[in-house]
Amino acid sequence: MTKVVKDVICPFCGTLCDDVEITVSDDNKKIISVRNACAIGAEKFNHTSLPGRVTRPRMRQPDGTFKEVSYDEAVDWTAKTLVNARKTLMYGWASTSCQAMSVGHEIAEKIGGIVDNCATVCHGSSLIAIQDVGVPSCTLGEVKNRADRVIFWGCNPAHAHPRHMSRYSIFPRGFFTVKGHKGRKIYCVDCRYTDTARCADEFIQVQQGYDYELLNAFRTAARGEVLPDTVGGVPKEKIYEIVEELKGGRFGVIFFGMGLTHTMGRNHNIDIAIALTRDMNDFTKFNIMAMRGHWNVTGSGQVLAWQYGFPYAVDLSRRTKARYQTGETTSVDLLIRNEVDACFNIATDPGAHFPIDSVVSMSKKPTVTIDPHINMSTEISDLHIPVAMVGVEVGGCAYRMDNVPIETRKVVDPPDGMLTDVELLTKINERVDELMGAK
Amino acid sequence: MKTVTLTVKKEPELYLECETLTPDAFAGKKADEIAKIPAYQGREDTTLGEYFSIAGQAGASAAETQIIINGDCSKMKYIGAKMSAGEMIVNSDTDMYTGGWMTGGKLVVKGNVHSFCGLGMEGGEFIIEGDAGNYLAASYRGDWRGMQGGVLRVKGNAGSDICTFMNGGEVIIEGNVDIHIGTHMEGGKIVVKGNANRRVGGQLVKGEIYVFGNINVMMPGFKHNRDVELEVDGTKAVFAEYLGDLGERHPKRKGETVYGKLYLKK
Repeated sequence: MTKVVKDVICPFCGTLCDDVEITVSDDNKKIISVRNACAIGAEKFNHTSLPGRVTRPRMRQPDGTFKEVSYDEAVDWTAKTLVNARKTLMYGWASTSCQAMSVGHEIAEKIGGIVDNCATVCHGSSLIAIQDVGVPSCTLGEVKNRADRVIFWGCNPAHAHPRHMSRYSIFPRGFFTVKGHKGRKIYCVDCRYTDTARCADEFIQVQQGYDYELLNAFRTAARGEVLPDTVGGVPKEKIYEIVEELKGGRFGVIFFGMGLTHTMGRNHNIDIAIALTRDMNDFTKFNIMAMRGHWNVTGSGQVLAWQYGFPYAVDLSRRTKARYQTGETTSVDLLIRNEVDACFNIATDPGAHFPIDSVVSMSKKPTVTIDPHINMSTEISDLHIPVAMVGVEVGGCAYRMDNVPIETRKVVDPPDGMLTDVELLTKINERVDELMGAK
Repeated sequence: MKTVTLTVKKEPELYLECETLTPDAFAGKKADEIAKIPAYQGREDTTLGEYFSIAGQAGASAAETQIIINGDCSKMKYIGAKMSAGEMIVNSDTDMYTGGWMTGGKLVVKGNVHSFCGLGMEGGEFIIEGDAGNYLAASYRGDWRGMQGGVLRVKGNAGSDICTFMNGGEVIIEGNVDIHIGTHMEGGKIVVKGNANRRVGGQLVKGEIYVFGNINVMMPGFKHNRDVELEVDGTKAVFAEYLGDLGERHPKRKGETVYGKLYLKK
């Protein structure tokens, strides 16, 4: 007999859909089918039973091949590497639970590591802007139930957050939004016509790299000042018209993505978008939200900020104080400048996302990667430690993109003898204690 | 004034953090005492003596101390950070935070500096004879106080994000600058003698920016006010005065709105 697990939290993107239904075999070992999740989310669940999954740690041999080792050997090697290094980059954390992060940070404090998460190549610039000017934001539930002016700026949820539009931002009928899509006016600002733009009522094509100028023009128009004839390829009449429409809404929200955070100006683009949101609050209720991508990256920011005051790139190398400076203590800069002498990756794949120079730099240092799967980072690592998949084989706390914590559910058992992130990190922490006590 | 000469004898493997390399920390110390002053490489505690050979003697106070540094300092951070008096001459390139938060004295770097130099500077004179990196004279991350006072002169070019959140003092760049100059600026004066790329004075509240060369793309929130003849850093010329950023909040003084001013040399 199979059984159905309801209300499962999807472990893929920052939307953290909480209505997934999974059919599992009666011995609790195999996933039979996945309902309600998007294609990417379903694949994430199905991954667990793919053939060829690594279930024991693998150590790089002098000839370049991997050899299976025990968890104890892997823990010992990792702890020794961490204790011997002067500055270790501890990168990742986005696909694991907040409980695992807290154990990881304990290790980082002892060994003077630098804890960074994948915001560093994603929404880190949003966090800089939020730190500079604050953020008027809301939850996704409020968007669903209230929003009648929705702007997607430099983001493409149709592909990156496939169920975002149907669950929260465009189509759902909510308490004050009974007409669903018809009651909302959707704007899409992008430099190209995306699939999200196809769902929008208004597509505003901005010239690439002119987002800051266009946002400045919106602010200037909101204050009733004069504008040049076109800004970033958008005629001034259009800008005035949109500003009036936004002012006339009851509840507006701006969703933004990599089109703002990783084009020219980066944090400044977000900074001025937040400033526009603040300005619009003189006329109506307006909010802004980052389209956080990697599942629990928001949680990593939350835990780091709660423990050390900074949301990513936290440098604990002085041990008496936490420091943070994007451009200095961020992973890519540390690697390119050769400022660290060991790397510890967990639950994220820098090999696939970092610039090639930093990946080359990482491959030359002692590197351990903790990840359920074989990926590009495990292939440049000296040690790969597989663990149970958080959100599928073990529960734990994760944060949604609107900073709402959600306790995720275990669906199936991990392969026999496989450790979870928390168990593995606790073992490493204990071994670090032993080694440092002996020093 | 007494002089201490430091010569680099060993290059750090990672980067050396030497915020203790200031006239303030050296004051009243002899060479052997200076050698024992701590410095840091990651979590490894080390000393200045490990990396520098030290000659001479410091004066009784910071104001009576001159420090000359020879050798390659391109992997050393925080040189001259928080110095309050005295004089420092660095005959090399330096890394991040050089002259950050300095409150007085004179710091001369006869080479290039990396990013975050002159961060939150409050006073004194800082001269960079080469190029400067990004975030020159800006605020520390999350702080709303960039450069507060003093004079910072760069003889070469500077990077982007310079003078973010600046609210006092004077910065002169004799070469070109990249994007985002004086973002969120609330006071002070920036002079760019070369060209500026884009986004000059975005979200400018108050303060003055002078550009002698061209600006690639003007911010839409600036409007032309008038032409004026001015003398700026020894150059007399006619400048077009722009008011802005019109999208940003502005304070009022005696009933009049105070705008930031951008001057473009005609």
